[in-house]
Formats: sequence, C-alpha cells, structure tokens
Amino acid sequence: MPAPAQTRIIFQHIDEPGYTPDIACYVRNGGYEVLKQAVKRKPEELIEEVKKSGLRGRGGAGFPCGVKWGLVDRKSGKPIYLIVNADESEPGTFKDRYIIHQDPHQLIEGTMISCFANNVKQAYIYIRGEFPHGARILERAIAEARGAGLVGPNILGTNYSCEIYVHRGAGAYICGEETGLIESLEGKRAYPRIKPPYFPAVLGLYQCPTIVNNVETLCHVKYIVQHGGEAFGRIGTPGNTGTRVFCVSGHVQRPGYYEFATGTITLGQLLNDVCGGPLPGRKLKAVIPGGSSAKILKFGERFKGKRKVGAEMVDYDWGVEDVPMDFDSLGMIGTMGGSGGVIVMDDSVNMVEALANINAFYSHESCGQCTPCREGSLWMKKITTRMVHGTARTEDAALLKSVADQIPGRTICAFGEACSWPTQSFLAKFGDEFKQYPETRNAAKRNDAAALI
Amino acid sequence: MIASPKPDLVTVNIDGKEIAVPKGTNVIEAARLVNVDVPYYCYHPKLTIVGNCRMCLIEMGMPAVDPATKAPVMDPATGKQKVNWIPRPQIGCGTNVSPGLHVRTTTPMVREAREGVMEFLLINHPLDCPICYQAGECKLQEQATGYGRGYSRFVEEKNVKPKRTQLGPRVTLDDERCILCSRCIRFSKEIAKDDVLGFIDRGSYSTLTCYPGKQLENNYSLCTVDICPVGALTSTDFRFKMRVWFLKQTNSIDTESSVGANTVVWSREGVIYRITPRRNDAVNDTWMSDSARLLYKQVKADSRLQAIRVNGADSGLDMAVNAAATLCRAGSVAVVGSGRSSVEEQFLTKKFAAALQAPVFLVSRVGEGDRLLISADRNPNVRGALVTGLIRSLPAARLTELGAAIDAGRVKTVVSIGEDLVAAGLSAAQLSKVAVVYLGTHANPTSAAAKVLVPTLAVFERSGSFVNQQFRLQKFHQAVPGPPGATEDLVVLSRLATAVGAAVPAELGQLWKTIAAEIPALGTMTFANLPEAGLLLDATPYAALPFAEGETLHYKPASPAAA
Amino acid sequence: MNLKPATLAQIDDVITHYPVKRSATLPLLHLIQEDVGHISDEAIPWVADKLGLQPINVYEVVTFYPMFRRQPIGRRHIKVCRTLSCALVGGYKTCEAFQQEFDTGLGEISPDGEVTVEFVECLASCGTAPVVLIDDDLHEKVDVAKAQQLSAQIKSEAAKRR
Repeated sequence: MPAPAQTRIIFQHIDEPGYTPDIACYVRNGGYEVLKQAVKRKPEELIEEVKKSGLRGRGGAGFPCGVKWGLVDRKSGKPIYLIVNADESEPGTFKDRYIIHQDPHQLIEGTMISCFANNVKQAYIYIRGEFPHGARILERAIAEARGAGLVGPNILGTNYSCEIYVHRGAGAYICGEETGLIESLEGKRAYPRIKPPYFPAVLGLYQCPTIVNNVETLCHVKYIVQHGGEAFGRIGTPGNTGTRVFCVSGHVQRPGYYEFATGTITLGQLLNDVCGGPLPGRKLKAVIPGGSSAKILKFGERFKGKRKVGAEMVDYDWGVEDVPMDFDSLGMIGTMGGSGGVIVMDDSVNMVEALANINAFYSHESCGQCTPCREGSLWMKKITTRMVHGTARTEDAALLKSVADQIPGRTICAFGEACSWPTQSFLAKFGDEFKQYPETRNAAKRNDAAALI
Repeated sequence: MIASPKPDLVTVNIDGKEIAVPKGTNVIEAARLVNVDVPYYCYHPKLTIVGNCRMCLIEMGMPAVDPATKAPVMDPATGKQKVNWIPRPQIGCGTNVSPGLHVRTTTPMVREAREGVMEFLLINHPLDCPICYQAGECKLQEQATGYGRGYSRFVEEKNVKPKRTQLGPRVTLDDERCILCSRCIRFSKEIAKDDVLGFIDRGSYSTLTCYPGKQLENNYSLCTVDICPVGALTSTDFRFKMRVWFLKQTNSIDTESSVGANTVVWSREGVIYRITPRRNDAVNDTWMSDSARLLYKQVKADSRLQAIRVNGADSGLDMAVNAAATLCRAGSVAVVGSGRSSVEEQFLTKKFAAALQAPVFLVSRVGEGDRLLISADRNPNVRGALVTGLIRSLPAARLTELGAAIDAGRVKTVVSIGEDLVAAGLSAAQLSKVAVVYLGTHANPTSAAAKVLVPTLAVFERSGSFVNQQFRLQKFHQAVPGPPGATEDLVVLSRLATAVGAAVPAELGQLWKTIAAEIPALGTMTFANLPEAGLLLDATPYAALPFAEGETLHYKPASPAAA
Repeated sequence: MNLKPATLAQIDDVITHYPVKRSATLPLLHLIQEDVGHISDEAIPWVADKLGLQPINVYEVVTFYPMFRRQPIGRRHIKVCRTLSCALVGGYKTCEAFQQEFDTGLGEISPDGEVTVEFVECLASCGTAPVVLIDDDLHEKVDVAKAQQLSAQIKSEAAKRR
C-alpha cells in the first residue's frame, strides 16, 4: 500500500518559499486570528476543547495534554507558570528547530492561547543553548507580538496580561526533563526533582503550579482552538489524534521531517516510500523509532498479539515495516513513539559500535544526581568503548545487559530508562553480534563503515 | 513537664506488621519503629530529602478499592482486603505514610534494587578500607556486607578525583571516596547557613568541592564529618589517631554555653580522642559546634593543677580541708560559686555557704549567641544555681559587690569554686586583703594567690547534671579518670560543708536523696532515673528573670526583654 | 569585571525577567561569555554578587553546563556533532578533517589561534547530518569536502585580517 499524503498542520509553512519568520508574514497567512477568537471565550471552554481533542504531548512521554492541564492546582492562590519546553535534545529529533526558526509566531500564538486558557501571567520559553539564532528569532518575534498588543499587558485590549521571556539553556540534555528544566530555569544545576512531592502541576517553578509543554504540542493547541477538539480528534486514529511530525535521520535516501495524521502511516511506508528506502546497495538493519532512548527494532523480527480496533480485539502479526507509527502501536511492540525521531541504520553498521555511540551520549548527559543512572550510564559506556577500542570479551554481552537491568525504575527521573533501554534492546535484538564481537571486531573495522565511537 | 499534643496517627503495614505512626513520618522512620531496617545514605532526619542515593527503595502498595463504589476489594484467598502493589520500587525517605500504606522490604525486587545500588556505589569507590579512617563507622562497608556481591565485575579504570583536599582547618576531603549523597552540602546550606560546598562537573565525574579561595571553616564544619556516610570527609584532628572500635563511648554535655548540646566522649585507656554530638531532638538535633569538640584538650593542658597546696606548700586533702575550715570558722566569709559547676556541686556549695551564713556570688559570662548551638550565656548551668537555690537573681559579670565588701573589711576569706577572681574583676590589692580557698582545675592568678588550693576535675572526669537554657536537666558521665593529685569536686565540697557543720554526702546516689528531699522541683528524681535525653523542669518560677539568651536551635527566649 | 556597557545594560534588563534573581544565572553567564569569551575566575563571584548568591552556587552551574567555558578558546568555535545520526553518516571523519585542517586536537586552541574544534552532543539537526556549529551558525551536511571548504574560508578570512 502506498504511503498516504502528508497532512501539514504544524509544518504547513516550513520551507515554503517566501515565508519569513516576521509577524507581517504570519498575519498575512491568517496568524493571530485564533488568539483573537480565544480571548473572547471562557478559559474553561478552551481547556475543554483540548481535553476533547485527545492531544498527547509531543515531547516524548505522550501524556494527554488536557489531563496535564487538569492536574494544575488552581486553588493555591499562587501564580501559575507555563514553560515552553524548547530544549529539543533527544538525539534524532529536530522538529522544534524548524518551528522556532521559520514559524516562531505559530509557537507564540499557541503559547498565548494556552496561557489564557490556564490563567498564566508569565511564560518562559526554555530553548536549548545550541539554538542561539533560534533564541534571537523568538525574542524578536515576541517583541513584534508585544508591539502588536498580542503579548504583554492587556492583550488585544482585554484585561488579560501575560508576558513571555526566552530563557537559554547551555548544553544539558537533562533539561528536557521537566523538573530538571525547572531547576535550570531557577538558576541551578538541572537535577530532576523527586516526585512526589514535586509534581510541576502543584510544586513547579518557584514552588508554584507550573505547566511544561513541548513546542509542537503548543502549536497543536492553536489548531485545536481554531477548529475545535472534535475536529482535531478526527485527524489520526482514536487515542492518537492529530498529526505527528516524524524526524527521519541516518541511512535512508531522503532523511528529513514529515508530518502525517497520527497512526495513518506505517514505519515501512515512512522509510521506504517517503524517505526513499535504504542507500544504494544497502539493506535496512535496524531502526530506533522515537528518539535514541527508544528501544531499537530489528528488521526481520515479527510482533504478534491482539490489539483493540474500535470495540473489538483483533490479531496482529507485524513485521517492523507494518507497524503503524502511533504511540499505542509502538508501545505494544515494546518500544515508543517518543519524540518522533526515527534513526535508521543499514547493514554497514556494527551494533556494538552504534551502542557505544549512544552510551557515550547518555553517560555524558547523566546529571549525576542519583546512583543507578550516574554510575550505570558511565559503566555501560566504559564497557562498550573498551569493546570497540580495547579488549572485547565474550562475557561483556551478559555484563552489559545485567548492568542495564539495574537502572530503570530505580531512578529519580526517566533518564534511567532512557540510558538503559538502548543497551537492553540492543542486547535483546542483536545479542549474538555482541557475543561474537571479539572475533568479528577486526573484520568489522576493515569495511568502510563510519566510525561511531 | 509539658505534654506534647497527641499527633494524628496513621496505621501502616510494614512487612506484615501493623503499626500506628504519626502523620508525616516517612517509611524509613516508620520501619525503624517496628525494627525493620531500611538502608540509606543520603537521607538524614534533620536535612531536606533529596532521594538521590536510591538505597532505600522499598515495595509499596495501597489497599484496593473498587473505583466506582469505593468499596474495598477483598482477596478471597486470605479474606483480607487486596493490596495493589506499585510495580516499581519507591524511595522510603521521600514517601510519607498514608492510611493503609503497605510496605515490603524483603522481596526480591527490593533486594535486587539494593544490590544494584551497592554495586554501582562501589565501582568507582577506592578499595582502601584498610587504611580508611571511616572504618568501623562506614555505612558503605556496613551495607556491603548485607548487599554487596563479594566480588567485582568492574574491569574498567576507576574515575580519578582529588585526594586529601584540606576543605578547611578541620576537615579533610577524599573525593574518590565520596558517593555524592550531598548531605554535607545540605548541612552547610540549611543548618550552618554557610553555603560554601557544592558539586562541580557532571554525571559520574561530579566532584564535591569548596568554592576555590573559600574554606569550610564555620564552627560547625565537623558536623559534615559526622554525617558523611563514607570516608570522604574526615576530621583532620582525629584521622589516623585511633580505630573507633577501640574507643569507649560516654555520654556527656557540651559546657560551652547554656544550650547544653548532648555529646558522646570517645576515649581509650583514660585518653580522650574525640567528641561527637549525641542526638537530642529537643536540644541539638544531631549537631554540635567544632569549638565544643576541642574542649577535651583542656584535660591534658600544661596548666592543669596537680597538687593540693596549703600556704604555698604541698599538702593533703585532710590538711587542706582543715585549713579551709579554720579560715571559714573565723567568719567574714564570702563564697564564689560557679555557673560551670554541676547541679550537685551547686547544691553542696549552697549547703556550705548556708552553714557559714556566707553571701554567695556567681560570675556571669555573656557573649554573643550564634543562633544555633552556642547561646549568649556561656555558663552551662546558671539555671542550676537558681533551681538549687544557690542564687535567687541572675549574676553580674564582675565581682564589684564582693570587691566593695573586701574594701570595707566585711570579707576576710573568699572560697572560690573554680572561678578566677582576678578575671572576674577583683584587683590585686583586693585579692591581697583576703585569704583565698580555691577549688579549680587550671592554674590562674587566683590559684597562685590561694592559701588553700585543691585541684579538682574537668567535666570529662566527673559525673553530674546541668540545667540548660530550656530548664532541661541533663546528666553527664565521667569518661576518663582525673589526673593524679586532683580530687572530685563533690568530695571536696562535701568535706568542706561537713567541716563547717553541714553534713552532706558526696556520692551521687546518696546526694540525690538529700537534693530530692530539700528541693521540691527535683523531688521525684534520682540521678539514676534521670533520662539520658534530660528532663524538662518547670521554668515558671523564673519567668520574670531577664535571661541573656536570644534565639537558638529549639529555643526561643520567653521574655521579650532578652530577645 | 570589564564588561561592555551594552552587556551591563542587558544584564540589568534580564534580571527583571524573573521574580527570583537566581533564575538569571544562566542568562548572565551567556552574556558574559559572549562579551568576554569565557567565564573567568573573576566572573563567578561577580555574578554571585549581582544575584545575591554565594560563589559556589554559580560555580556549580558553570561546571554543569558544557556550553560554559572556563578558558579562552580560538577565534572561531567549531562544534562538530558527535551523536548517532551524525556519526552514522560520517561525523567522526568531519571532526577529524577540521582537526587536520587546523593541525589541532580536540578542545585545544589551534596553533594559528584561529579555531577550537570540539566534539559536542546532538545539535538537533539530524536530518541534515553531519552538522557543525561554527560560532552561532549551523552548517549542514558537512562531509570531509565541506569541512575542508569551511576551513579554507576561515583561513582566508584570517589572512585578510592580517
């Protein structure tokens, strides 16, 4: 079956010739009309629309946005903060970059609507430090919006005031974790907080109720308020509504971003039809479907079970290519949709070396606060680096798995899972390659594969 | 005695045992109450909770209820309400009890979690236990016995970090041993209010450090050594001196102010090696000052008095008591008691003075409080002097009134219980006009001028009790014997009192019978049954007195005048 | 601290963005680094003082975030992405090429003082890998040839300046 056509909602204007990031261009294309309509409605109505839409967070965990807003403590008497998580750092993910650089007003409009809906008076956009131009573009866009009465005091002549400031990170993946981000925004080391008691919805920024939403999520809010939650819910599949921006990288002919109605495209369609399939003379070997922490899939493996379609349970028997790219299907086969970053590896890749690359990333990014992640991530890195550059031992495969098994579920934040899932899944799917590495290593080095560590 | 309000109790089930604990108790403390040990490193009952070591992971569940009807869901097999166990382990330190909470600490999930954390903590930890001065009180070593593998699977290079850093004048840091629990950082920030410690760098390379150019030199720096669960922070004074398992522990009280921090004196064969805090949640929590830890050094000071002297010649106790009694019987005696004496000594001082109808003076020592564990009143036991009736009003800093009485010829003999009369304001001329009987520990102008001199014991060499600023009666015990030539204060005072006609016992048990009989506020007590944590006395009779103390930990001044 | 008047003005302005001054720690460090080139020993207590903090609070932050440098670097900062998507399509070779072009090791100042080459983690442009950030500018699909071309450009600009 050929791939469906893209549904460009969020990326409607990305890379459109002549489309510029200034407010004039945005307004010419109908910008800020939704905000104008929104401030005439009751905030509760807007929250209700978002709940009805079934929108799930696009940052990685896929938590329903309406539920997140519903958890906010509105009785504390304390101010409510909204933080835009623009710390896009999950390897393989690069969607927010384009929104921020090319269509910043879309984000600002979505943010202002969300702030109005939640009675937020102060919002911060926490943008990763590696986007210096992005930060400037956003600052300029906010200034333009402020000049047009769309941000700041008494927006659009109403009694409602809300300020947005841009806050730059400085190179720490852990700031993508919402409580780590909050600590960082408070001017500290980005140590994630223990939950309980520090749920952002109750005790977030400055111990006040706080909403942390991903860039893409907030852009969807604008669309939801424009067209209604029900209309949004009709895009995609039940439980996986709206569109999803997929970021494809690695060994395909046409890597890049692609926006589809969620759940309407399979992994095979995305990689083969949309991205042009493997590079000449190569075969696809493995794919990580939701950012580098997602569990890896091996081409050739099959997934069987029962799944709910409408009210019925039906059998499924999928190869990797057959898996629909939605949160639930990917969860069912033991991985996740995560941040939408799809990393493709072909048969030139040695999996020990690929894992060594990933382990180097996670050990570098572990904040170091809690024991299992701090020590486990570096240990796994030391093992895999040694296997590639020093002495590889047959028993390293079992050791790696055992070390990885001691981390997830025991840490303060989800980084424990993020750093151990690659090792667990690489070993589960490519265990033989690890066991045989002591013999195959030198042979592997002779081919023209890229160095990975 | 003030009764605490009955706290709200919550019933929880820990490893099958039901227990009612106060609301707000965390799982570690609740488990402790049923003798279930939940191991931990970063948790400390007096510091904020960060949950970073992950050693206290336990399994947790709540009784199952039907989501629709809220009715309990019963387990047909047991006939009891079903428990919904959370599939991943939770931290005991950060989890407060809630009604019906179920906790399991012995399941495979918990055991594996603890073993995993232990292995992770050990892979980058040096294997220098044989030369490490935390040995014997190292939590890592202790828990490695319970949860360690017994062999290492780690064949990589260990991380290299700074060794033997002098963090300050009293604390040495070995960063390779540090397990990054952050207790010392939290202590410095939250308790000592001296934010100089922190972690630099990231991940497994995170390193504890003092800000370059600054030092960990506040007067509570050694508390970081106490709470360091491993050998990362050690006391520069104590390290390499003595293995802790050879040391005898004796409960004592810090005498540097009226706070009366509870302490433990660590000694071996008559030699004191260190003093550490003893937890008392009503007084000092788990802390004490660095300065109080050094007080034991006075025991071995060169200026220690070692010989009884009468009229400048070496003598014996009988002759000294006789000589003193003779002077006293001549009349015109004044007694200078001490706010550093114990309650028992003050009682004997009172009996002695009363028999002579001699006026009693005390010397006050007022400095600045540090708002933590050193109060403005640097005498540990002025309130004891009030309770025993030795004095009725608060003392002055200078003995001006006594000086005037000497100048007027009304006082011919002064008996001083450890107070240096010169330091307290008597002039050399005044001192030369009187005969001095001096009981004391260290040489000073008064001991030099004394006609009768009896060396006595330092606080670590005797037993007794003090009444602190809260009117808490707290006892201390003899840790080491006194030097040759020194006599126990109670013995000297009892002999003196008896010699002037007031027969009182010197032995603590006997003495307390007399004290209890004569002082209604202490009426039901014996020395033996006084709890180690102390006993709060009724302070209302003294409410009008303008005490010097301002606010310190667990103490708020009652009278606004003092604040 | 010898900061430009414009930097000082920006510093005073950015502090007003937050109800709690401490939040301005990262913004101040960015502004100082942009002005001076790195975070010197002197900058840490300066920032602490400005925000009513202890120097250790700032020191902890400076060392946590890799973008803050404690030492001066070359005239241009070449950050090559090391993470998987870039590595899969030749990121390591790209990084080597830059090092060879400027005869320098990772994290060092090149002998001509022109560049510091660094390997950094994901720059979030995986679809156009391998990517390189030179100062504030992102360069996409930087294979060895493009690395050599970018290097030549930097060198010719340097030659013009001399």
